[in-house]
Amino acid sequence: MSEARAVAAIVGPGNIGTDLLAKLRRSERIDVRYMVGVDPDSDGLARAAKLGIEASAEGVDWLLAQDTLPDLVFEATSAKAHLASAPRYADAGIQAVDLTPAAVGPFTCPVVNLPAQLDAPNLNMITCGGQATIPIVHAVASVTPVPYAEIVASVSSRSAGPGTRANIDEFTETTARGLERVGGAGTGKAIIIINPMEPPMIMRDTVFCAIDPDADRDAVSESVHRMVRDVQAYVPGYTLKADPQFDDPRPDWNGRARVAVFLEVAGNGDYLPTYAGNLDIMTAAAAQVGELLAERIIAGRAVRA
Amino acid sequence: MNETVRLVDTTLRDGSHAMAHQFTEAHVRDTVRALDAAGVSLIEVTHGDGLGGSTFNYGFSLVDERTLIAAAVDEATQARIAVLLLPGLGTVTDLKAAADLGAGAVRIATHCTEADVSIQHFTEARKLGLETVGFLMLAHMSEPEALAKQARIMVDAGCECVYVVDSAGALILEDASERVAALVAEVGEAAQVGYHGHQNLSFGVANSVLAYRAGARQIDGSLVALGAGAGNSPTEVLAAAFERLGIPTGVDKDVLMEAAENVVKPYITRLPVMDRSSIVQGFAGVYSSFLLHAERAAQRYGVPAHEILYRVGERRYVGGQEDMIIDIALQLAAERADG
Repeated sequence: MSEARAVAAIVGPGNIGTDLLAKLRRSERIDVRYMVGVDPDSDGLARAAKLGIEASAEGVDWLLAQDTLPDLVFEATSAKAHLASAPRYADAGIQAVDLTPAAVGPFTCPVVNLPAQLDAPNLNMITCGGQATIPIVHAVASVTPVPYAEIVASVSSRSAGPGTRANIDEFTETTARGLERVGGAGTGKAIIIINPMEPPMIMRDTVFCAIDPDADRDAVSESVHRMVRDVQAYVPGYTLKADPQFDDPRPDWNGRARVAVFLEVAGNGDYLPTYAGNLDIMTAAAAQVGELLAERIIAGRAVRA
Repeated sequence: MNETVRLVDTTLRDGSHAMAHQFTEAHVRDTVRALDAAGVSLIEVTHGDGLGGSTFNYGFSLVDERTLIAAAVDEATQARIAVLLLPGLGTVTDLKAAADLGAGAVRIATHCTEADVSIQHFTEARKLGLETVGFLMLAHMSEPEALAKQARIMVDAGCECVYVVDSAGALILEDASERVAALVAEVGEAAQVGYHGHQNLSFGVANSVLAYRAGARQIDGSLVALGAGAGNSPTEVLAAAFERLGIPTGVDKDVLMEAAENVVKPYITRLPVMDRSSIVQGFAGVYSSFLLHAERAAQRYGVPAHEILYRVGERRYVGGQEDMIIDIALQLAAERADG
């Protein structure tokens, strides 16, 4: 009898990888068997080993030398590391869920473009701001055309890691492309604000969409509310702070009206603190992608058996 | 003989807030011509929130900032044109476009505790051969020594002059000079120090003089004070005050006064004034450019602008979080409805 669960590895035992591990261990379809890093002194590897997971500091070489290869790998390292590893996973027939900005595979937002692209060998999780806001743009665009969408993501200083800080343009540019390609906006624009207040602020996201002045506002509002419920299925702390706000065209809006959606994203507090909703929504979305991939992998085995 | 202070004019950038980003090409050409003739050597021209600032959140520009930057470059004979860039909003791509249009300097602005997000942009700016200036915004939110450490990060990244930026107009006298002195002590000969003031509590010019005495060698101003909140230190007043103090500026105060009176004042739609809302901004430490957004939200949701601004101060929102003004207006309106 084949294993009833899909075998997974997490590569990158940092904060993200450790939080992801906590989420995946609740899955009935995923067996996280490996945690892989490159630093023997890593706390994340030690924690994983304590949980009975095979943990190694010998990197992807070690992982690919195992007798049982994983069906799935979750990459929580860096874009550079993933660019190097992605072809090796693909050659080994391992599907990759990429939490780095490498964008080897298609942009993936679980509530928008899954299950459609579950066949892709590599799925990219875009950005935290993208995971928080693309569903809303998509919800509006599914009712009325959105020629322009703009998002403002405010995150606490403590949750903005060195990778984000060293290349903040990557966040704004990647998120903007995500708003267009996945959200369905004609043009996307993304802004990130880092706020140092103590105690740390919970992640906030505001989505502005340009819409036709005659668009059906009730239908837009209903679509947004429905989408928020859909995202809550995997990010329980994803909430609307107010009903969508509609504004009539202003002189500088090129004849368009505007809908504004105010969101708060509180994390689940698995390993990361609850204020770091920006990090949590990445791991929660990746776990959700993993869930759907595992379901498909298990079903595939049943067919072959 | 006193050391020279360089007066930097930001009428066409900070003033963009007060003009709700409705500058025309003619406004820019006329203002740059006048400032250039007065001997101002650095003139900032960008959307109020910097490159890429034309958005729902901050207000769309009437004229594309790239058109305005090109017009400014075209008019300047001796002056260099500077652009503002806020990492997280503007990008290196925007900066390269500005440099291609002839901008010769960039001022890269971060919140006063987050300087490390600017390293990428300083590195690229130096590669482009631009003069580099760093802005530590809402400087009242950091103590002098902490602010100096952030200045060091910018200087190490290639910043040639780092500013204490009183974005909220909240610094009063020694608050400003102690911060400037801490930066001067930290960066030494590696970079200059500058000061950017707002008039919300009326200390723009006085703080600028104290900043000079503490070692600042670049000071920002705007003609007719045109800028966010109650406006900036008026460039023409700075020129007159420094001349009376025997501190050389290299600019002609009479030409500046003529420019303020006959070039800028005629096009201003809303003269900067220390009114209730802007005084609250200075008192509560609120980013000055929130003013017009708070007034608009006040009108839309039927709650007072100064109450919105007080709450922005309590929540410690930082520059760029204009969206939270609507959020607060909604909360205040709901609280009123609950009675």
